[in-house]
Amino acid sequence: MKEKRVLLSGNEAIARAAFESGVKVAAAYPGTPSTEILESLSAFDGLYVEWSPNEKVALEVGMGAAFGGARALVVMKHVGVNVAADPLFTLSYTGLRGGLVLVTADDPEMHSSQNEQDNRNYAKFAKVPMLEPSDSQEAKDFTRIAFELSEKFDTPVMLRTTTRVSHSKSIVKLDEPSEPPVKPQLLKEPAKLVMLPANARRRHPVVEKRMEELAHFAETFRENRLEMGEKKNGIITSGISYEYAKEVMPEASYLKLGMVHPLPKEMIRSFASQVEKLFVVEELDPFIEEQVRAMGVEVSGKTAFPLCGELSPALVERGLKGIFPPPVEEISQNLPARPPILCPGCPHRGIFSILSKLKLFVTGDIGCYTLGFLAPLKAIDTCVCMGASIGHAMGLDKALGEQALGKVVAVIGDSTFLHSGITGLLDVVYNKGAATIIILDNRTTAMTGRQDHPGTGFTLKGEDTFRVDLAKLARALGVKHVKVVNPYNLTASERVIKREVKRREPSLIISRAPCILSRREKSSFEKLFFVDAATCTGCQACLRLGCPAVEWVKENGLSAQGKKRKGRASIERFLCCGCSLCAQVCKFGAIKETDGE
Amino acid sequence: MENKVKNILLVGVGGQGIILASEIMSDVLLDGGFDVKKSEVHGMAQRGGSVSTHVRFGTKVFSPLIKEGETDIFLAFEELEALRYLHYLKPEAAILLNEQRINPPGVSLGNEVYPADVAGVLSRRAGQFKSIPGRKLALEAGDARAVNIVLLGALSSILSIPEEVWTNNILRRFPPKAQRINLDAFQLGRRA
Repeated sequence: MKEKRVLLSGNEAIARAAFESGVKVAAAYPGTPSTEILESLSAFDGLYVEWSPNEKVALEVGMGAAFGGARALVVMKHVGVNVAADPLFTLSYTGLRGGLVLVTADDPEMHSSQNEQDNRNYAKFAKVPMLEPSDSQEAKDFTRIAFELSEKFDTPVMLRTTTRVSHSKSIVKLDEPSEPPVKPQLLKEPAKLVMLPANARRRHPVVEKRMEELAHFAETFRENRLEMGEKKNGIITSGISYEYAKEVMPEASYLKLGMVHPLPKEMIRSFASQVEKLFVVEELDPFIEEQVRAMGVEVSGKTAFPLCGELSPALVERGLKGIFPPPVEEISQNLPARPPILCPGCPHRGIFSILSKLKLFVTGDIGCYTLGFLAPLKAIDTCVCMGASIGHAMGLDKALGEQALGKVVAVIGDSTFLHSGITGLLDVVYNKGAATIIILDNRTTAMTGRQDHPGTGFTLKGEDTFRVDLAKLARALGVKHVKVVNPYNLTASERVIKREVKRREPSLIISRAPCILSRREKSSFEKLFFVDAATCTGCQACLRLGCPAVEWVKENGLSAQGKKRKGRASIERFLCCGCSLCAQVCKFGAIKETDGE
Repeated sequence: MENKVKNILLVGVGGQGIILASEIMSDVLLDGGFDVKKSEVHGMAQRGGSVSTHVRFGTKVFSPLIKEGETDIFLAFEELEALRYLHYLKPEAAILLNEQRINPPGVSLGNEVYPADVAGVLSRRAGQFKSIPGRKLALEAGDARAVNIVLLGALSSILSIPEEVWTNNILRRFPPKAQRINLDAFQLGRRA
């Protein structure tokens, strides 16, 4: 049979490896740059995949499967591991029977994240081994190896990718799936799986012994690879940094680490003794460098390469050779920026235009609606982590009392609310807060590409399922004031928001309208809008909505009423969705419906 | 040591079909017998933001990212975005520019000015320059969305890969009813 070679992203390669490894259960919460792993895996038959409500649940589901002797894949972005850290640290103690691989997709440079934490530290902290692939072929190979190691050493194994590995495509050789050696069955092992103090005290030494054995194993692990070239420069590296270093200094000697925790110390010592100058090339934290230094080996690392942001071939070349990249040309500087923006017709826009108009302090959350921060809406005042908006509003209320009453509101998406907002809302009720929360319910996990969640009524496989009713859920938690608004009706929504923020009791507003990009629910807008050029006074009220379809045309002259104006608004037909917000904010009736179409 | 890897940089605005174009291009290069790597960023960048995709091919490719100053072929889907990435180009780079301007928010709001004469600036610093009326040609083929395939056609004319490798990969990506339009778009771009 002809060998099958295809171009796969790192994420697709991990999914392929899970299939080839005979994974039975895979669970994740969507998060860039990890999302495509489960989306790709859902196309394979013979295994169960789920979008979990959050990463902690995902890991617990994976653990259950692994305790039952089945192989499990659990996937999350770097900050998701913070949410799943509680089960992770004790899973390290229990171990498992079926292999469990936890993929952490890190995002150096924060292309789509709120921080750039280096999750290699989790491997050390939780005392679990970690593999780090450099390209898609390794992403597949290492995932398969990770399952074998997990079962051999009775430990969860972390696989760390970074955005450039997750979202780069390179050539992968496909293999056939094989049956895992362990067979799923119910087996009682309380001394191993019940982490009461007495049992846990017996398990901790097992963990320490396992790490010693893994450190020993690392010395001969075939993916910790020596590539000896000229002896002037020796480079210890892993992951995407290896590719950058090979690009700019192919002639050097390399110790390419496939396993970044625990490190093969003898191998490192021997490599260091064979080269004149030793570098560690790694993104973010000096994770390898500090351990090499602690061995008493002299090495250059963060003195040559930046601590912050992702590396690039040019940055690695600068660190290794002192050669600087060409500067950004003058003409490329000070160009108008092009940040991501809320889509034309986005249901969030109406709510943010009201919050902006009312000058409220808006505690924000993680999702598309974080873009409400940008000009001209400028309607987000905090954004830290999933679910935090509600706690922030509660804390402000308790600290400032009357001073904050009527001036603060929390906004949170439906998927984010179900991920980790429910407990925050419970706190507001239980501890008699006066916070007002708006759930921006667009019936999807929009920012990561429209994934389903418990509030959509569909599973990851697209099957029908129970859809949680957010209003009923809030009432069950004890919220007495629950209002549902249509965000495309500005007057009615503003009236409700004004009234609810002043309440001295918990209140919840559900802004309900499907994401404009929803595949299932099409918007009911029938007609597009245009600006009657003569009537427009140039007041710019419509422009303050920040809709990509509304543009300013500079044009000194007079409006139909004979008033002086410096320009007028104009609507780009190809972008307009017909949501009517601009027509609603125009006090002069200058924005009108088109005929038909 | 001669670097036998060639670099193609695609830039534009989220929603212009850049990712699909880079996918087809990468498959064509794979079929052409090359090692290929491609890199892009998803997530926030999808929402109408600035997008760049790197495609590298040759005998052996390490980095999926192109180093600044090393781009051989620059495929710009949007004029302003073309200016943003000039420091990635080799002095003798081939530049293919789609004649399209999409106003960023600051320009729409009237606070910033869209740069003038982008084609002039690019043609003066290119080893080879082609300006392509992508939208006009896509409409001629039958669908405004086929701009990305028009631009692939233009790219195919400066790469020495057999035409049928391109057409096979385009056929593979589209359902039967969209194949004719996209093949026409490809041919119009190839002759542009």
